[in-house]
Amino acid sequence: MSDLSELYQEVILDHNKRPRNFRVLEAPSHHAEGYNPLCGDRLNLYVQVDGNVITDIAFQGSGCAISKASASLMTDAIKGRSVVEARALFERFHKVVTTPPDQPVEDLGKLSVLSGVREFPVRVKCASLAWHTLKAALEREQRTSTE
Amino acid sequence: MTPLVTTSTTSTAFDVEKIRRDFPILSERVHGRPLVYLDSANTSQKPQAVLEAMDAYYRHANANIHRATHLLSERATALYEGARAKAAAFVNAPDPRTIVLTKGTTDGINLVAQSYGRTMLRAGDEIVISWLEHHSNIVPWQMLCEQTGAVLRVVPINEIGEIDMDAYAALLSARTRIVAVGHVSNALGTINPVRQIVEEAHARGAVVLIDGAQAVPHMAVDVQALGCDFYVFSSHKMFGPTGVGVLYGRRPLLEAMPPYQGGGDMIASVTFEKTLYNTVPYKFEAGTPNIGGVAGFGAAVDYLMAIDRDAALAHEDSVLEYATARVREIPGARIIGEARHKTGVLSFLLEGVHPHDAGTILDNEGVAVRTGQHCAQPVMDRYGISATIRASLGIYNTREDIDVLVRALDRVREVFA
Repeated sequence: MSDLSELYQEVILDHNKRPRNFRVLEAPSHHAEGYNPLCGDRLNLYVQVDGNVITDIAFQGSGCAISKASASLMTDAIKGRSVVEARALFERFHKVVTTPPDQPVEDLGKLSVLSGVREFPVRVKCASLAWHTLKAALEREQRTSTE
Repeated sequence: MTPLVTTSTTSTAFDVEKIRRDFPILSERVHGRPLVYLDSANTSQKPQAVLEAMDAYYRHANANIHRATHLLSERATALYEGARAKAAAFVNAPDPRTIVLTKGTTDGINLVAQSYGRTMLRAGDEIVISWLEHHSNIVPWQMLCEQTGAVLRVVPINEIGEIDMDAYAALLSARTRIVAVGHVSNALGTINPVRQIVEEAHARGAVVLIDGAQAVPHMAVDVQALGCDFYVFSSHKMFGPTGVGVLYGRRPLLEAMPPYQGGGDMIASVTFEKTLYNTVPYKFEAGTPNIGGVAGFGAAVDYLMAIDRDAALAHEDSVLEYATARVREIPGARIIGEARHKTGVLSFLLEGVHPHDAGTILDNEGVAVRTGQHCAQPVMDRYGISATIRASLGIYNTREDIDVLVRALDRVREVFA
């Protein structure tokens, strides 16, 4: 039986209830809208890049606890990093949430609370929506989707 | 919850436990718990008789239809044409030739849009649908509008999820050529006044297509009494297999319509100079169809016609009424869609919980529901929401299923307390 408490850990419930960086950035250098047509999750991601560093990042939108917590945790993890580091973290995070649950994965610190989605294959897209949106924003695509 | 039955007939005439024994999958366990299946509006489960009919077809009758002289082909043809005749009786169509076997409801709507619509509609003509429609009764008409220059008009719904009939009457005009509405809403369960919708459309000279996908699993349907021009439904929502559906069409309309797809079986003769099409309904059935599925569909029709459908509906409505009352008691629950005439569907929200999260937790408790927009995004937009939790019923559901649902919803609320 899949363990629900692995999925809905305290950290996730907390970030769902009180999402960090949940606001609009006026005139950000990068912006993208993410949409998951399966469940209607939608988020707007605002990224301010100065030089090569992500100096500010924020999001708004509506979605399930997993997608909201993932976006919140991502913004915390990304702020202050370089664009290159952010892209590398996308790859590492993506690997963690798509590795079969019986195989070991890299420890990503706080972000690792989302590795519980591996037990719930239909929820992987919820966890990765914010990250796909970040990737799209940095590539200056205006809209992305997990489909 | 429907005016067709009185509440005093509930449960006595209908043995739900006997029905449940007909559906092998209902003894399945999921995540270590007994399955509580509340997703029949998505697809229904299949009784033993349907499974056996498909198995028997492949073991004893597998051959192509209408083509060969050997015995197996005769058996296959008899099963296939037998199912067509059963479908005609099932909806009280006047003649099996008014029954086109399709891939499903979506296929039937696309057939009418492309064959009838593309031939008959001109720029400026209007197609009327309602705000309640499933995407499959929206998108084919939008495509037709793009192709012909026709205009799509949408009848609004009121706060409780009923079609605004005054607005409907006001939208109809001499330009209205097609009216396409659902019999029962898949997202909210609203039973639409289709007979009145047909009468008012006919008074304006429009033809009417009724999407009956969510009606036929619950209630007896009589297409002649409804007076509609087209009626479409799917096998898989009425306890038959996927990949099979029915388009009923009034015969003069079907006769006048060009073929939908070209290929084998839909022709009378083919030369490179000129091809003569087969007669109705065969001219709409190009290629080798899903014969095994149609055999299963025939068995599903037999299954439904052998039970007391009014009693089954009364039972389902009593379960829906119970579910509505139980969910209403849950703190923070908000029911979406409280039409006066409803069947089979309870859509709702829990405050502070996204439906998708509720769906995962319910699944973990053994309860299968659908969460999301239910292929009815305009309905969600109407209520300013992105998704609902939808518990939908079949003839096999019980009050005990609802009790398990409500306990599982308590678990959802615990997690998100």
